[in-house]
Amino acid sequence: MYSKEFQESIKKVEATRKERLNQDFPKLSLAERSVLLEAYHPDYKKGTMREILIGANKDDKTPHEFADLFEAYSHINPDNFIVPAPKYETDVLIIGGGGAGVTAAIIANQAKADVFLVTKLRIADANTTMAQGGIQAADKANDSPAIHYLDVVGGGGFHNIPELVQALVNDGPEIIRWLEDLGVIFDKAPDGTMLSIHGGGTSRKRMHPCRDYTGAEIMRCLKDEFLDQKIKYLEYTGALDLLTDKNGNCVGAVLVNMENGEIFTVKAKTTIIATGGAGQLHIQGFPTSNHYGATADGLVIGYRAGAKLAFLDTIQYHPTGVGYPEQILGQLITEKVRGVGAQLVNADGERFIYDLETRDVVASAIIREVQDRKKGIASVASGGVWLDTPLIEMKSGSGTILKQLPAMYRQFIKFGIDMTKEPVITYPTQHYQNGGILCTEFGETNVPGLYVVGEASGGVHGRNRLMGNSLLDILVFGRRAGKYAAEQATKTKQVNEGTIEHIKKYHQELEKAGVPRERKSPILLPDYRPQEFKGKYSFLSHLKD
Amino acid sequence: MTTKDKSLATIYIMGKEYKVPGSLTILQAIEASGFLFVRGCGCRGGFCGACSTVYRTKDSYKLKVALACQTKIEDGMYLAQIPFYPGNKATHNLSKIKPTTETLCMLYPEIMRCISCGSCTKVCPQDIKVMDYINAAIRGDYKKIAELSFDCIMCGLCATRCPAEIVQYNVALAARRIYGAYVMKKAPHLDKRLEDMQAKKFLTEIETLMKSSTDQLKERYTKRELEK
Ligand SMILES: Cc1cc2nc3c(=O)[nH]c(=O)nc-3n(C[C@H](O)[C@H](O)[C@H](O)COP(=O)(O)OP(=O)(O)OC[C@H]3O[C@@H](n4cnc5c(N)ncnc54)[C@H](O)[C@@H]3O)c2cc1C
Ligand code: SF4
Ligand code: SF4
Ligand code: FES
Repeated sequence: MYSKEFQESIKKVEATRKERLNQDFPKLSLAERSVLLEAYHPDYKKGTMREILIGANKDDKTPHEFADLFEAYSHINPDNFIVPAPKYETDVLIIGGGGAGVTAAIIANQAKADVFLVTKLRIADANTTMAQGGIQAADKANDSPAIHYLDVVGGGGFHNIPELVQALVNDGPEIIRWLEDLGVIFDKAPDGTMLSIHGGGTSRKRMHPCRDYTGAEIMRCLKDEFLDQKIKYLEYTGALDLLTDKNGNCVGAVLVNMENGEIFTVKAKTTIIATGGAGQLHIQGFPTSNHYGATADGLVIGYRAGAKLAFLDTIQYHPTGVGYPEQILGQLITEKVRGVGAQLVNADGERFIYDLETRDVVASAIIREVQDRKKGIASVASGGVWLDTPLIEMKSGSGTILKQLPAMYRQFIKFGIDMTKEPVITYPTQHYQNGGILCTEFGETNVPGLYVVGEASGGVHGRNRLMGNSLLDILVFGRRAGKYAAEQATKTKQVNEGTIEHIKKYHQELEKAGVPRERKSPILLPDYRPQEFKGKYSFLSHLKD
Repeated sequence: MTTKDKSLATIYIMGKEYKVPGSLTILQAIEASGFLFVRGCGCRGGFCGACSTVYRTKDSYKLKVALACQTKIEDGMYLAQIPFYPGNKATHNLSKIKPTTETLCMLYPEIMRCISCGSCTKVCPQDIKVMDYINAAIRGDYKKIAELSFDCIMCGLCATRCPAEIVQYNVALAARRIYGAYVMKKAPHLDKRLEDMQAKKFLTEIETLMKSSTDQLKERYTKRELEK
């Protein structure tokens, strides 16, 4: 139950509900979309970005929060740090235990490579586990990879890299079969037909959900398979930096055991960055839907080793983060909620956007409604509009929410809000990193020996990813890079000594550019302690400045 | 519920007293007390099960559990997290397994030791009927166990309470994978599509798209038919 101050507005929402039930709302033209984006999307807000001072993307624009990480020194000081002899040697080193990393590990292992995976929380403590809505793939008769292709590039503002999109849509059907074989339980009719639905920006119903635990279901099956294959791994082990040889090739990484502070190295023939996204940077102060470890570490260490980035001037704000209660502010209300019929309405109970426009467009429309038209819910200080969820039950029958959206129901009922009877409050949240390290369709970066997969990579989604294409992305490119990196590794006879020469050079450039010495990256863990407790993490405290 | 509760609450983290704003979740409250999570915090959103917490409130002997990231603190809470539990997982090769009635009992013979005490069901923060799915596992009823256990986030709390040392969530995961891979029907339209792909049916169309100019793409995009 909401308290009194919300009731007046709720009444207005209830008053228009019946009329809205079967009402069509006009979609925007491409031109109208642009106007809305330029006026209200946070990416276009003045003063929020700057040009990077040094490195492979020097002079490219990126949000200050990212630039602060690229314009920062390593935790290890090359002037006093002696690279320890490798504690482990492997063919393929994978950094990051989310969906992309674990997929790459399974496939590389099947390709008979020696695989070693490190991750800084537990395997599956990752954005992948949080994915709710579904995974896209063109596997129905009225659909095709070509139609999927068009949806992807349209969503991405026609900036996507064609070869990557082709790989994404072509591998889609095969990925779904692979998942079925791994035991993933999709929502299906008794004859096996997928109960696929729309997502924002899709022209066909090609979103395959597993209730609203799609990512959790996929991730736990992947993790279980990974464990069954007895692949070597270490948890609570963070990558501090990469190792390069005298030719600038990547030959492994410097790691830290985050529990006892041990610093050690792994020597690897190929290294795959699978560190995921960056929600914990809280760009422009937005809350985030991302997991605790989403701190852009992979981008930082890759960039220092010379990897080129793409589309790092575009961030995906999910239109429907939780706007209230404050305890779960910014956590996700999956797009599936709109996919199955909920509508966005303002404080007066009026619709203001077609609900399944692409995410950038819907987020912009909500911001316009609150900031400009002043039709946000007055009692929510951080801003919010209604997401009219009881409509779902009116449309599809009572019980639909409990059956199709159990995670969402739990999220709100724990705070006394029953979304089957009352609408919920929503506002955009930082959700996805559209860009990342540039790569080929086999995950290769411009640094020999270094690969990237998943949310840490950039190019396939252009300037805006569509729902359901990220889960597909991590599996498609996880498999491709896993196989390719394994093949390359088995061909490699000898690996040169790992050095931190690239860090030395990078530091020199930082000094020349006048970057303050205190600024360090990667972040590893976001610090939510009160100011007086903040400082060097204990597991890094023995590293000399 | 009220919007803001800015007053301070007293909590006890592993027995030691801290005062924090009363509106926080358990997770936020531990951070507000000056702790940095390495273990015990994963997704911050109710999906990963890393933040399992056991607590008691003042003047009550009753032990309760919660996901720290999804639960608001109460004044006088005594808190302890369970960031790790050494539960057994049976490794198996899914591609070689047979989905018989006995398979689960062979992988996890300890399920036969279940005494139907109900402790697991009582403790589950996802309100899952854990005991019922273990009973279904003993009977080899894959459909039932899959349905009942689907929303499990593997927080491990059920296993901490089980007098029979059963690791319920791993039993359920094995059962669900077998159910998904062998018992549920594979998607028929997917068979068809995989044949199409094998025959390279869409190759030229996609190549045309890859070569199209942005204007051509925009035109085709605008003219897309939308499935109702
Ligand atoms: C709430 C939510 C809902 C979503 N819903 C959907 C959806 O419905 N459909 C869809 O397609 N996509 C969805 N997405 C997006 C999608 O889930 C992610 O983009 C994708 O799963 C990312 O996978 P990944 O493996 O690249 O990264 P992650 O799954 O985040 O894994 C990265 C891993 O690397 C670890 N790591 C990071 N830095 C280091 C380091 N320095 N050293 C070692 N390890 C490190 C992290 O801790 C983490 O375990 C959603 C995302 C979120 C957050
Ligand atoms: S079944 Fe067990 S592991 Fe799964 S959510 Fe419930 S208590 Fe946690
Ligand atoms: S706690 Fe263990 S013994 Fe008790 S009902 Fe659950 S599975 Fe059976
Ligand atoms: S931190 Fe993942 S469930 Fe609480």
